[in-house]
Amino acid sequence: MATDSLSHEAVRLRREADQRAGVIGLARGTLSLGASRLDLFRVAGEVFANRRLRACLVPLLLLVLWWLGTRGNPDGLIPPPAAVGVALWDLAFGGINDDAFSQMLLTDLIASASRVYGAFLLAAAIALPLGMLIGRLRIVRELLEPSLQLLRPVPVTAWLPLSMIIFGLGPRSAFFLVALGAFYPILVNTVFAVRSVEPRLFEAAQMLGVSPARLFPKVVLPASLPGMFTGLRVGLGFAWVVIVVGEMTGVQTGLGAMIMDARQLSRTEIVIAGMAVIGLAGFLSDLAIQMLGRRLLAWSPLHG
Amino acid sequence: MVEPLLRVSNVSKIYPGGIEALRGANLIIEGGEFVCLIGASGCGKSTLLRMIAGFEQVTEGDVVVRGKAVTGPSPDRGMVFQDYGLFPWLTVRGNIAFGPAERGKKKADVARIAERFIAMMGLERFADVYPHQLSGGMKQRVAIARVLANDARLALMDEPFGALDAMTRERLQDELLAIWRATELSVVFVTHSLEEAIFLADRVVVMSPGPGRIVAEERIVLERPRDVSSPEFNAIRRRLAALLHADHVKEAA
Repeated sequence: MATDSLSHEAVRLRREADQRAGVIGLARGTLSLGASRLDLFRVAGEVFANRRLRACLVPLLLLVLWWLGTRGNPDGLIPPPAAVGVALWDLAFGGINDDAFSQMLLTDLIASASRVYGAFLLAAAIALPLGMLIGRLRIVRELLEPSLQLLRPVPVTAWLPLSMIIFGLGPRSAFFLVALGAFYPILVNTVFAVRSVEPRLFEAAQMLGVSPARLFPKVVLPASLPGMFTGLRVGLGFAWVVIVVGEMTGVQTGLGAMIMDARQLSRTEIVIAGMAVIGLAGFLSDLAIQMLGRRLLAWSPLHG
Repeated sequence: MVEPLLRVSNVSKIYPGGIEALRGANLIIEGGEFVCLIGASGCGKSTLLRMIAGFEQVTEGDVVVRGKAVTGPSPDRGMVFQDYGLFPWLTVRGNIAFGPAERGKKKADVARIAERFIAMMGLERFADVYPHQLSGGMKQRVAIARVLANDARLALMDEPFGALDAMTRERLQDELLAIWRATELSVVFVTHSLEEAIFLADRVVVMSPGPGRIVAEERIVLERPRDVSSPEFNAIRRRLAALLHADHVKEAA
């Protein structure tokens, strides 16, 4: 079905492109020029009809704008794309600059990824049960929710100094800050998921013989899995977002530490290379968790 | 005196805030009976059904099933909802097996029961499909099957076919009657369609709003399958319609 409609779309786009190209060709009165334009439009139509290629169009456009903006200005503050590419190569494989940054990419990436996933798991281990308790038990809700809502608007950045005092300089502070970033999305989505279980499902379970005590495992838990999963996905995304802040705490390795070091040395091409790696890592991590969701929650129209 | 399957005596329901949903309802249903409750919205038919199910407490009076006062929901009173109420995380088979499994039946027995009711409702092709992939008619077949699979003596149906298209509704009416005849099931069926009530029921209970109450009962003695276009069917329809609309006439006068 999907491929069918895609190929139909491609045919339609190609036809439109052909017409436009034909009109331009005739208007100029140069048939040979028209023919080459026809090919160009055909290619453009095909690119546009392909979902994956279409996704690359905007990044490519931004890359071109970046290149145009930095062209012919080698001493500008923003390095051109090629310099970032070279920096990325050197970060990954070395052999170009052979300085403190060379060949450090894998080490930094592993350090950051282990902090992101470790802190994410810690946040999930606290936020999921806490969210279920707050969602289901009024006494817990009344006890904890005001305090949690009061702390929620405080950004992770603002926690940085206090965190360094409490947890000291280094990886423990980084871990805490990243976990804090992942905590609230998981908590808020879990509370919401657990509270918005369709009342009808409780009635259905009860008339089928489920006792009040078993409503939680038989109805609440499965019914709120999609919502909790959304929370986990958003939380993991946030963990990647706050990793740079987390690694401002004086850790030695990590993508955030690398970016901060490069910034101090005005090595902007390395800063941008680090940004690109974080973006890519977060993107792949999100793809992976989405695939997991599709497998585990095939029953849910939201995920299946 | 032999206790009937269901006895509703002098039941009233007043909601917090003073809204009187039902006043002084009396109803007796014997084993194997098919009874339809009909009336305009606000006549208390759903309230009455939900009190029989045990989802709502009576304000006054008694609901007694087989000699025992109803205090809450129980598997001997299975409910079929208009919006299905299927568990979206379970397949068709899982939904049908849910009740028997929850009541502690052996695994092999649960599987056997599930297969039996999957076959009875013609759901074989959909046994491993999740509810969101089913049409409304198929979902309601699953909802009926899970109540039957749980050994319900009394099926409480709250406008179960109200959200379905006319063709599907007629097919499900026929299927429900066939199942009802093949089992010892009793049915209390709420509807706002006179034709549906007269087509299905042994007895039609007519209710009226403001406050909700039972105004009449009519035993339908037509042979099944009933012909909705026969003169006899239409005579009953006219008589019941007059009862249903008696209120409007009074208000208008």
